[in-house]
Amino acid sequence: MVPACAPPLVRRRSGRFVAGVAGGVADHLGVNVLWVRAAFVLLAGIHGAGVLAYGLLWIFVPQEQADVQRPLGRTERQQALGLAALGIGAGLAAAAVGNTVVGWIVGPLGVVAIGAAVVWREADESQRRRWTKGARSGVTGMAGGGRTALLRVFAGAIFVASGIGVFLLGNLDLSQVQFGLLAVLATLLGVGVLTVPWWVRLIRELGEERRERIVETERAEIAAHLHDSVLQTLALIQRQSDQPREVLRLARGQERELRHWLYGPTGYGRSARASGEPTLDAGLAAAITTAAAEVEDTYAIDVRPVVVGDRPLDDGLRALVLASREAMVNAAKHSGVGEVSAYVEVEPTEVHVFVRDRGIGFDPDAVPDDRHGLADSVHGRMRRHGGAVRLRSTPGEGTEVHLSMPVDGPADTEPEAQAEAQKEATT
Amino acid sequence: MSDTTDEAPGSEAAGQIRVFLVDDHGLFRAGVRAELDRFVPDVTVVGEAGSVDEAVAAIRHLRPDVVLLDVHMPDGGGAEVLRQLRPELPDVVFLALSVSDAAEDVIAVIRAGARGYVTKTISGSELTEAVRRVKSGDAVFSPRLAGFVLDVFSDRPGAAPPGDPELDLLTRRERDVLRLLARGYAYKEIAGELFISVKTVETHVSSVLRKTQLSNRYELSRWASDRRLV
Repeated sequence: MVPACAPPLVRRRSGRFVAGVAGGVADHLGVNVLWVRAAFVLLAGIHGAGVLAYGLLWIFVPQEQADVQRPLGRTERQQALGLAALGIGAGLAAAAVGNTVVGWIVGPLGVVAIGAAVVWREADESQRRRWTKGARSGVTGMAGGGRTALLRVFAGAIFVASGIGVFLLGNLDLSQVQFGLLAVLATLLGVGVLTVPWWVRLIRELGEERRERIVETERAEIAAHLHDSVLQTLALIQRQSDQPREVLRLARGQERELRHWLYGPTGYGRSARASGEPTLDAGLAAAITTAAAEVEDTYAIDVRPVVVGDRPLDDGLRALVLASREAMVNAAKHSGVGEVSAYVEVEPTEVHVFVRDRGIGFDPDAVPDDRHGLADSVHGRMRRHGGAVRLRSTPGEGTEVHLSMPVDGPADTEPEAQAEAQKEATT
Repeated sequence: MSDTTDEAPGSEAAGQIRVFLVDDHGLFRAGVRAELDRFVPDVTVVGEAGSVDEAVAAIRHLRPDVVLLDVHMPDGGGAEVLRQLRPELPDVVFLALSVSDAAEDVIAVIRAGARGYVTKTISGSELTEAVRRVKSGDAVFSPRLAGFVLDVFSDRPGAAPPGDPELDLLTRRERDVLRLLARGYAYKEIAGELFISVKTVETHVSSVLRKTQLSNRYELSRWASDRRLV
């Protein structure tokens, strides 16, 4: 009978007899409320456990906030009244069985319990009034219910006070000093019992307030970020709307920054991956992405890096990143198109980078000697660290630069890795 | 907001591709619509919707050939539309379109049944190409999606052994194709590079899509289950 997802445990606001505890428990478990009430009565027979349980649930389970109408029929009301009386009777009887002294103690405590119930019920009412009015008048919203409410609270207080009084008088035979001390303690206890609902509400509201504050802080942070970056960029774009190149550059830069903020350094949530690898903040993926971003910013082109795998940077890989950056810059400067793709793949023994454009292309053999960009920055740098460069360019179709750098695999077999690289590159 | 130029299926000239746009940004819908209507004669935008509910109702009614589906929308986004429509409309092809390149977004819509994934920065002609391709039953991978899939299927040291080799491993050829896709190659260029036909390239990509949708590899199922898709 229990539904797949049980509703949260809240006390009913309507269709209740005492405090809506039994109804709430019934809703939560998906059973008839009558069974729950009967269970409380049965438990009350065991040294009053049911009464205690009911009281604790009353204190710690919040009222439901939605105003659902559940009519409390005549029969159900009578049943509930009967069960409540039976429960209290069972509690008292169980405690008093065969022992008049215990009965004498429990009797007054029963009176205290009834008094407390009256006052707590009134507190529930006042909380409900606050919800309906939407007022947040602090924790002392006691007098909202007019004279009857005051009267009920007063009556409840008298019940509690007299219960405690009778209990003290009947059970203790003490000297003046001790009596005075106990009277003070008893008064404090009485006040404590009477004000339980307000304490609970105070604590709950503090928690709610803190949660709201956290949400508020988070929103403020997001708003601040959006203001600082996105709105600024939009303002700049409007002011420079006659310079399409500049607008493009600003928009790309902003897009990248926002992605970085939302999805982590490589732009697609790599930082949040749970593949067991620690995030390599200064790793190859991040370095390549940063290099691509710099080229994008400087030359107002679109560089799309795709990175498969990652590993920490070492000297060889740092050279590889710089050479890749140089290849991207070359593509940006000379290809004549606005888009460059960069693909990085980390293999166990080698790292490959492909930088590709669909631009005008060129004849690699016809590059004049005084153009050092490719020769020094790319070839020289890669060769010094044991890497290789392959260049493929067709005039009219574009250029692809393939950089490969051996890395320390499981075994230190650099020459072999290099030979393998050569072999693989030709396939 | 769902303004649907109400044309009964079949009233179009043969060969017309009927496209439906789903995106919660009106500005973006207008842009795509203008681009497709103006420059592409064989693609007709038959309707658009700005929310999951509108989309589901309108797609049921219009039965378009291809749905361009935004990944991020309120009320569950593209994956929710797929979840509601895929079982009853197996003939409608979905192509996911998003600004986000976040792995969990991409994988989630692919696992929910999209035939492809492209980013919103794609050019008009590339988008048209992608629409034609998914219409003819093939898959479309953005370079980044190809990168993810390679990454997910790569065997790192210490990774759990694959449960079902048929689904959890890529063949060498599929890997080669994916690599070239990630390098920004078009299908035709891949075919030339690998000395195979374009049709074979398409077959490999479709096979990779199937594996991405069905494999139980940890990262795939984790991304999908984060979005309550499994």
